[in-house]
Amino acid sequence: MALIEVTEIWKTYLLGEVRVEALCGASLAIEKGEFVAVTGPSGSGKSTLMHILGCLDLPDRGDYRLDGERVTQMGSDERARLRNQKIGFVFQNFFLMSRTSARENVELPLLYSDTPAKKRREIALRLLERVGLQNREEHFPNQLSGGQQQRVAIARALVNHPALLLADEPTGNLDSQTGREIIALFHTLNEEEGVTIIMVTHDSDVAVQARRRIRFRDGLIAEDTARKEAALELGREERA
Amino acid sequence: MNLLAICRVAYKALGKNRLRTALTMLGVIIGVGSVIAMLAVGQGAKDSIQRSIAAIGSNMLVIFPGSVTSGGVRMGAGASSTLNLGDVEAIRQECPAVALVSPIRRGAAQVVYRDQNWISSVQGVSPEYQDIRDWPLVSGEFFTQQDMEGGTAVVVLGQSVVKNLFAPGEDPIGQIVRIKNVPFRVLGVLSPKGQSAFGHQDQDDTVLIPFSTAERRVLGSRFLGTVNSMVVSAVGPLQVTEAQKQITEVLRRRHRIQSDEDDFTVRSLEDIGATAQATASVMTLLLGSIASVSLLVGGIGIMNILLVSVTERTREIGVRMAVGARRRDILKQFLVEAIVLSTTGGFVGILLGVGVAEGISLWAKWPVFITLWSLLMSFGFSGAVGIFFGFYPARKAAGLNPIDALRYE
Repeated sequence: MALIEVTEIWKTYLLGEVRVEALCGASLAIEKGEFVAVTGPSGSGKSTLMHILGCLDLPDRGDYRLDGERVTQMGSDERARLRNQKIGFVFQNFFLMSRTSARENVELPLLYSDTPAKKRREIALRLLERVGLQNREEHFPNQLSGGQQQRVAIARALVNHPALLLADEPTGNLDSQTGREIIALFHTLNEEEGVTIIMVTHDSDVAVQARRRIRFRDGLIAEDTARKEAALELGREERA
Repeated sequence: MNLLAICRVAYKALGKNRLRTALTMLGVIIGVGSVIAMLAVGQGAKDSIQRSIAAIGSNMLVIFPGSVTSGGVRMGAGASSTLNLGDVEAIRQECPAVALVSPIRRGAAQVVYRDQNWISSVQGVSPEYQDIRDWPLVSGEFFTQQDMEGGTAVVVLGQSVVKNLFAPGEDPIGQIVRIKNVPFRVLGVLSPKGQSAFGHQDQDDTVLIPFSTAERRVLGSRFLGTVNSMVVSAVGPLQVTEAQKQITEVLRRRHRIQSDEDDFTVRSLEDIGATAQATASVMTLLLGSIASVSLLVGGIGIMNILLVSVTERTREIGVRMAVGARRRDILKQFLVEAIVLSTTGGFVGILLGVGVAEGISLWAKWPVFITLWSLLMSFGFSGAVGIFFGFYPARKAAGLNPIDALRYE
């Protein structure tokens, strides 16, 4: 069973008077341990897909299963639990809480899973070390560089051992060198710990580093390298 | 998320903007402070009334003759002279709850000493009067039962009379004063009692003489043995109601009253006091409710600031939701912030209120009395204000769409 199974999801927004068809029946399956880049022009529906995959939003129609659980039939409390337990978010603007230490930022999701204070601290310190921020634990976000802030955000995303890491333009606010370092960190996490990563990006240099690439256009999947490979494989089989 | 963690987050959030937090709290501080100060002033007034009732003699009952109806015209309380010495004697003999009885004959008369004169209230009373009123002497002695029986011309003077007739430092004891041209020897001087708590009577502007002397030689009477009123003391404070009942029974029997309308009135000071107390209570309530308005305004201040805070922290709310905060976690967080604001304000307000109340008693010499009840009430009220005015902003925060919240600039 795939980690993510999306079948024919539709989503329409009303932007003032204008109806925006963000998703028009897209279907998608992502296995555990994949590293996927989602690309596409703005307005193509990739952000909406990310919100739905992240259980922040529900599709108007269609079905979404995460790790076997049917998200489309859940209430907001249950989806909050899923976000807490199974999903980690990494944002373009890091979204760390200001005037709150790196450690406390990383502890935030644990606060909502009622983890005792001592254990919270322990886990947070371990993860900060994992992302290479030992000795920065008590720094405030404004005392850290952009790359360091994004590392704190990644540590926060990983704190509950999520099945899925969703990254929305994770390198968008970083210089290319730092961006490469972050992507390298993603690779390590993906390869060494088997974290499933889905990353939205504009940057084709970043996108090509993912093993699978999905391109969106007009609310539908225009290109999926996995499908191409499958087709190629199918072709090879046919020729043989 | 447990409550302790929520409280820590709330304190932290409030600590980030100290000046704003302090100013918001100020509203509640002033509100709670003024409620406590006002209630203390009101309670103090009530208390001093209670004390002045005790000063008159808390076991005391007063019996007035009732109204008379003559040809359809009702004359009002005290108009008739239905009470007499026989009644006094009957009450003394037949009412076990009654300790002492004194008849009173009252009239205004000119009191002359050498070249000074003064019109005062002359009261013919029995020696028991002094004990009933619990009225000590500053010098000399009160007249006795012998004076009473013999109709001796002796007098006990009130403080105001002494001040008006005698030079400062002059000892009135043993001097002769003339009341309606009858020479009286001054036996004693009463201690000052001050203004009566009810009405504006100077209780010290009085001269006391034996009842029989008053009746025969000074005030006169159409019918010998009638009395203007009586004062009675019950055996103890708890027997006042019982005494009232027994007196009513005895007088109804003696006056052969079958109808509901008595020709006399027995009033305890508790009745009179109750009226004064009620007035003070109304005053307390009034002061308290005016002060509560400022607490209400403080609450609106909390709501205002929380609304600003919710807007400012929209992004933070979005992040919290993204990492797994449920709506009720966000609701709780903001509600706790409101409660922390208002109860911390309430606590400081209590200190301020107590301080102001003590200040009032120190400088304005007003009696103040701070009750534990008023402290608890205003603290509880401040908490309630926090919940009430915090709920709307908290619900607004909890109702945010996580995506919109994350995108908020």
